[in-house]
Amino acid sequence: MLAPPLLWLGLAYLGSLAVLLLSAFWTTDSFTSDVIHVWNTDNFRTILTDSVYRTITLRTLGVAVAVTLIDALLALPMAFFMARVASGRWRRALLVAVLTPLWAGYLVKAYAWRVMLGEHGLVNAVLAPLGLTGPGYGLPAVVLVLAYLWLPYMVLPVFAALERLPTHHLEASADLGAGAWRTLRLIVLPAVRPALFAGSVFTFSLSLGDYLTVQIVGGRTQLLGNVIASQVTLDLPLAAALSAVPVVLIVCYLAAVRRAGALDSL
Amino acid sequence: MADDRSTPAAAVRLTALTKDFGTVRAVDSAELNIRKGEFFSLLGPSGSGKSTLLRLIAGFEAPSSGRVELAGRDVTALPPHHRDVHTVFQDYALFPHMTVEQNVGYALLVAGVRKDERRARAREALATVRLDGYGDRRPAQLSGGQRQRVALARALVDRPGLLLLDEPLGALDLKLRQQMQTELKQIQRTTGITFLLVTHDQEEALTMSDRVAVLDGGRIEQVGSPLEIYDRPATAFVAGFVGMTNLLRGEAAQRVAGRPGTYSIRPERIRITPLDNTPSPTLPPPATVKPTSSPSPTTPTRPASDSGPAESTRATAVTEAAPITAVPEAAPTTAVSMERSVTGRIADIAHAGPHTRFLVRLDEGGDRLTVLRLNTAPALPLRPDSPVRLTWTSDDAYPVPN
Repeated sequence: MLAPPLLWLGLAYLGSLAVLLLSAFWTTDSFTSDVIHVWNTDNFRTILTDSVYRTITLRTLGVAVAVTLIDALLALPMAFFMARVASGRWRRALLVAVLTPLWAGYLVKAYAWRVMLGEHGLVNAVLAPLGLTGPGYGLPAVVLVLAYLWLPYMVLPVFAALERLPTHHLEASADLGAGAWRTLRLIVLPAVRPALFAGSVFTFSLSLGDYLTVQIVGGRTQLLGNVIASQVTLDLPLAAALSAVPVVLIVCYLAAVRRAGALDSL
Repeated sequence: MADDRSTPAAAVRLTALTKDFGTVRAVDSAELNIRKGEFFSLLGPSGSGKSTLLRLIAGFEAPSSGRVELAGRDVTALPPHHRDVHTVFQDYALFPHMTVEQNVGYALLVAGVRKDERRARAREALATVRLDGYGDRRPAQLSGGQRQRVALARALVDRPGLLLLDEPLGALDLKLRQQMQTELKQIQRTTGITFLLVTHDQEEALTMSDRVAVLDGGRIEQVGSPLEIYDRPATAFVAGFVGMTNLLRGEAAQRVAGRPGTYSIRPERIRITPLDNTPSPTLPPPATVKPTSSPSPTTPTRPASDSGPAESTRATAVTEAAPITAVPEAAPTTAVSMERSVTGRIADIAHAGPHTRFLVRLDEGGDRLTVLRLNTAPALPLRPDSPVRLTWTSDDAYPVPN
């Protein structure tokens, strides 16, 4: 019974991954850009030794970590308000408000931010009276837009965890002498920790793999995603080898998160 | 303890305490004084407001009006963590991500007690609930009874002025519940902490408490010692809710008890004797002449001999207003208490371990009285439909104020 779906999964996912990884060991004719099917590890050596790629990898990792942290910090109070403070109609309205951006097209949202972050855009217009200017296009804009894009993926699991948290646990904490801040730190945070990790799996891996946002609002910023995208036509085997980098990073991250026990609740 | 009755600083003092949820009045101007060191119970059916009252005292709910004082201090406006009160929740509310010892030491951690002292005192508290050596386990690894003890240890660890127990034994099976009742009482006595227990189980309230408040519909119906509550119920509700009783109203009261009003006769106060002189069940001399001429329109007339199975399901301990003609027998005119006597037939016999419960249908009017008889007395040769005589003294018919 399980064989057909497993076969499909094997072909569609693992098969294409295998082909990707396989092609990373080929090389390209530097004049014609044709792929030469000769087995070698030059691409990986290039990635590991060339400081350009190391910098790009670290920058991408930094973006993913920053986006994850920002989303976690934003999601906690939002989800807490939705799950424990707002009631009935308010809660539904907020849930819809969090979900709606997921239904809008990715490009629409990214370009909306491009317009807002432009020189005469909304961000600068709002900040101008305060004597400030917006980040413009560049690395901060990439972090900002990615944090916006992936926020629902963090809010939803945290919201679910907070909704499941028994009221009696909060009451018991207060009853035993803990104020709001201590209850948050000692009872609420441990309860939502698995959900935070689960959400971070999304924000982290989606940020690592993104290549459109950086093209739209990133200015000349280079991240793994857009470097791979630009290499696909020039040097396919190198692009394939570069793709292995986020895959490895995500596998490492999943392993770390799993050790923290965060995937038990998924 | 006797002087505590007069001291103004009661452990708990509620003044005109009212709580509305929307249009529902959960607690209706409650007045209550709980003495220091007392084991006090709030007894009532579900929806009687007893749990809301507890939550108002703990500070989980803010009252609509009225005042809560703890140890002489007005705490009405204070949040739970500023009240010297701990609660044992019905579902225990143990923190799942902490060990047993961390759970128990939580109040100390929050109070800033050093780690080694915290551990020592948590272990001490675990010892008082006989859970030594369980400190490193997680709540999920414990049985219901053990979790209950952990919740108790957690609430006792820093010796609060008042311990609130919200149906703490409700989830335990009967044997464990009885064992915990004894233990709770013992812990209360050794620690001297004021215990306030919320329960719907009248036996639990009566056996454990120094005093009991009976609640119904958000109102405190009566406050008193278990004996007072049982022997001198202040309202018909208390009489019916606490223990088993025969409640007589209206004409039935007039004729059976000889006075107008509402009367409660506890089933164990009624003596039952077989009418041996009438061996034939078809022709008992004193009654069975009148039942068909029952004048009450509210009570359906049915022959006294009819005792089908459908009838016995209707058998409650409370008799309805119906004409019962008492058979006055040898009533000494000068004595304060007079002997009352009626005849009837056995409708049902239930053997319940230490006692036997008889349901007797009275010959006059066909109403039923429940009688309890201890099985230490010699067994009576009774079976369904046997004719019997029921006697009690007029003192046993306790007038219930309306």
